[in-house]
Amino acid sequence: MAERERRITPPYGGVFVARSRVMDGDDLRRALTRIAHEVIERNAGLEDILVIGLQTGGVPLAISLVEEFARIESVDVPLGTLDVAFYRDDISLRPVMPEAVTNIPAELSGRTVILVDDVLFTGRTIRAALNAVCDYGRPRAVQLAVMVDRGHRELPIRPDFVGKNLPTRRDEAVDVHADGVDLGDLEKQR
Amino acid sequence: MKHLLAVDDLGREGIEEVLDLTDSFVEVSARPIPKVPALRGRTVVSLFYEESTRTRLSFEAAAKRLSADTMNFNVGTSAVTKGESLRDTVLTIEAMGVDAVIVRHASAGVPVQVARWVDASVVNAGDGWHEHPTQALLDCYTIRQRLGSLVGRRIAIVGDVKHSRVARSDVAAFTSLGADVTLVAPPTLLPPSLAGWPVEVSHDLDEVLPKVDAVILLRMQQERQTEALVPSLREYTATYGLTRRRAELLDERAVVMHPGPMNRGVEIAAEVADLPCSVVTRQVANGVAVRMAVLFLLLAAGGSA
Repeated sequence: MAERERRITPPYGGVFVARSRVMDGDDLRRALTRIAHEVIERNAGLEDILVIGLQTGGVPLAISLVEEFARIESVDVPLGTLDVAFYRDDISLRPVMPEAVTNIPAELSGRTVILVDDVLFTGRTIRAALNAVCDYGRPRAVQLAVMVDRGHRELPIRPDFVGKNLPTRRDEAVDVHADGVDLGDLEKQR
Repeated sequence: MKHLLAVDDLGREGIEEVLDLTDSFVEVSARPIPKVPALRGRTVVSLFYEESTRTRLSFEAAAKRLSADTMNFNVGTSAVTKGESLRDTVLTIEAMGVDAVIVRHASAGVPVQVARWVDASVVNAGDGWHEHPTQALLDCYTIRQRLGSLVGRRIAIVGDVKHSRVARSDVAAFTSLGADVTLVAPPTLLPPSLAGWPVEVSHDLDEVLPKVDAVILLRMQQERQTEALVPSLREYTATYGLTRRRAELLDERAVVMHPGPMNRGVEIAAEVADLPCSVVTRQVANGVAVRMAVLFLLLAAGGSA
């Protein structure tokens, strides 16, 4: 979760207070390297791959993933960003962040799209992202990479590539940042 | 924000919020399918008591790109011709269940009155000589797009200021974003009093043009002019029209704007409207995105759901 989202997003809003560190920076880097290899293996290379990071938490991970691809296979994979705010079903509950830009740099039809997000929770963000992606064209396939799968799905959505499966309580919160992953709680602001 | 009735309702922060959000909708408008489901299930009705092409179509396009349902009220084919009052018309429309009413009327203050009668959000799409806030917002957006910011920019508004709701809204918006505004017009086309207007006034267009970053030409509103305010249109053009010769006085980065509809050959020379410095069609394109931002802010975001 991005700083600003963590602060003011209503239904899950509040201030994030970390309780325990579940991945450190090295774990994060290794998980990302593994996911990169898995993507390459599953797709038998990186031809016609397009990586799309979901605003805002998925974008830094998507950037790192594309860097891994360049290191492993020496290929420049196109990288896009997607803000799903206008596609959400809880639109009035969340603020729209104008700085969260959508930028799809390449024709999406016929490509395999790798959606990247930090935390997979209810699946509603991914549902919105799938709708948005389909408005841009007809991808050959869409695959989902997340750093943390914390369960509690409300829709029939599953990830293809997972950094870490993390069992959580519904009222807990997970924060993925540059130095690792924290499990904690959202303290409601009065 | 519940209604958008005048620029001052927004204040500086509100204007900037709309402009920032407009960036997102400019991007949406450039997509292969320029449509997002943000306002699905909402109904927007246009209540236009005055003729309009671009504003009505622009609001309709904006609502449709947000997936709202749109209804159009056409005075000429409505029960208004049977003598139905404004209030009854508005209440009838509201009873059908609408979320936003876009109002244009020849009398100032009608949108404010409509807002008192209905629960729906009301957007002023032009009321008499009073205000046309979405035009001012799209003008701000267009200037920001071309020049980066309005802070310290010098903007000339030329022509029939007296009858222009665009001028009133523009002055309010530009000055609250930190621009310096100069009105250029013959005394007969200025309001009787400019007390409280944070503007400079000039009667010499040739002297003003080299110093400005943007020039906004107002339409000669012959339908609102009840008396001879200028000796003749030809004389007006000779003194206050943006002719080809005058356009060359402009700085090369300066932009030429017009809220439309243009009287080519009167306030703006036919060929000047098509020069690279003219952003008239850009204004129209930005108008849709700005109105998407306004409708989105009124109907979706910030709702106390």
